[in-house]
Amino acid sequence: MIWNAVRESEAPEKRRTRQLADLKDLVARLYNRVPFYRGRFDSQGVKPTDIRNLEDISRIPFTTKDDLRETYPYGLLAADEEDIVEVHTSSGTTGTPVVDAYTRNDMDIWAEVMARCLMMAGAEKGDVVQNGYGYGMFTGGLGVHYGAHAIGCNTIPVGGGNTERQLQLMRDFESTIITCTPSYSLYMAEVAKDMGLNMADLKLKSGIFGAEPWSDNMRREIEDKMCLKAYDIYGLTEIIGPGVSNECSEQNGLHINEDHFYPEIIDPETGEVLPDGEKGELVFTTLTKTGTPILRYRTRDITWLERGECGCGRNLVRMHRLLGRTDDMLIIRGVNVFPSQIENILMEIEETQPHYQIIIDRGQSHLDDVELLVEVEPKFFSDETKELERISRKIAAAMKNKLGVNLHIRLVEPKSIERSMGKAKRVIDKRIT
Amino acid sequence: MKVIQISVFMENKNGRLAEITRLLASKNVSLRAVTIADTADFGILRLIVKDPDYARDVLLEAGFTAKETDVLAVAMDDEPGALAEVMELFEKNQVNIEYLYSILAGKGNKADVVFKVEDLERGQSLLKQNGYDKPLDL
Ligand SMILES: [Zn+2]
Repeated sequence: MIWNAVRESEAPEKRRTRQLADLKDLVARLYNRVPFYRGRFDSQGVKPTDIRNLEDISRIPFTTKDDLRETYPYGLLAADEEDIVEVHTSSGTTGTPVVDAYTRNDMDIWAEVMARCLMMAGAEKGDVVQNGYGYGMFTGGLGVHYGAHAIGCNTIPVGGGNTERQLQLMRDFESTIITCTPSYSLYMAEVAKDMGLNMADLKLKSGIFGAEPWSDNMRREIEDKMCLKAYDIYGLTEIIGPGVSNECSEQNGLHINEDHFYPEIIDPETGEVLPDGEKGELVFTTLTKTGTPILRYRTRDITWLERGECGCGRNLVRMHRLLGRTDDMLIIRGVNVFPSQIENILMEIEETQPHYQIIIDRGQSHLDDVELLVEVEPKFFSDETKELERISRKIAAAMKNKLGVNLHIRLVEPKSIERSMGKAKRVIDKRIT
Repeated sequence: MKVIQISVFMENKNGRLAEITRLLASKNVSLRAVTIADTADFGILRLIVKDPDYARDVLLEAGFTAKETDVLAVAMDDEPGALAEVMELFEKNQVNIEYLYSILAGKGNKADVVFKVEDLERGQSLLKQNGYDKPLDL
């Protein structure tokens, strides 16, 4: 079923007409109400009236994550503060968080796009949606919740963790849809086995998985072990949270709710807009939001777009499953980590050299297992294990303290980490292969 | 009495120990004592050899991380209680032992043990005062 067939299967020309009207309206609104945007336009010599067709969007300056941080908390607010009904922030490991402030209008959009996403993954009235995404400031939990309510699904707000209870609820309330991170679903399958629960006996038909990178291999494994069909969901706090795009029954790309979130693919080096089918950085403009709408936001996610009719009956543009990041950012157990941060932390520890390698894998428990290989500075090599273990612990504590994640530190011999001519292979991410 | 121990950092990977022993053999370094202290992630190989400076240079040249440490080697009578006596001596005088290991097949009826103690000087004079000061035949 399609939640909003009028919009999701609309004739492309009609859709473009409305996108353009919404864009013009948005640009005028932001120019008048948000000094940040007005400043950007003025310094680039762009006027709202310069936007005459959709292609003119390329004249609008980009907005970056740094812009969001610098304007924290309400610098990008386009509505009156009293009209904000909910606020979410994304967990920032690198400092100031970013804010999404929702008006009543934005809450309606969020429920609408999430309802579409859930339906793309097979949800309809009568389904029982077990929501394993965290509730709270993280957008995952509440976003799914609002969408499930819009459809009228029985929604089980279990949130993350407590796996045995998850499985009990799943069995007793006959959940038909589970939403959580892909790695957690595999962990669940394992716990189910320990509990003597056969996943095939449960009623699950769909799993909607997101918030971390995963591969087609992992999809097959999840579908096999969880006895359901696994769908990829994409979203980010800066845009709205979950609900930006989702896979449909074809499992061939994620349909972007483009009547609300206008996507572009750009060359991350030059900023030039690339044609459909070409790989580049994904950029979004929120056409319809009123709280904290955003113009040409650079997601740093790399993908490509494909247009045309889809076997599911929708024609919303599809983005390929994420291919990587422009900035090497890693998402480890839901926390954003940049390799450069790891390097900076190591530089402050005299017992090591800033030569390191990060190996990320799905561990025994299927949760991200991160091993950080660090070369010992020869001067600090000791004949005593406790001294080397002290160094290991010191590094681990610094990482935990500054990044918020536990890394398994493995000391290795000096010069043993491969040096290459160009960029050193700092990250080996076994999750996406 | 005081001898120089060579320690070598070893990642826990297959063949690393064989590589080191092969290297030392090819350079005619004969080992008088070998022990490995290991953890889940790495190991430290500790060696007593006749010419420690030479052995260390061989290892460093081959790219290993090696260093010298002063330790105490004690020649004891090869009979029950000999080690206990030395241990008691250290304990009574609050000389902390970091680790100890024995030397390969001692000559005659002596059993040699290597001690790494926290306070080397104190440990050494204590041994001297109590007659454990026979030089070690390496
Ligand atoms: Zn489709």
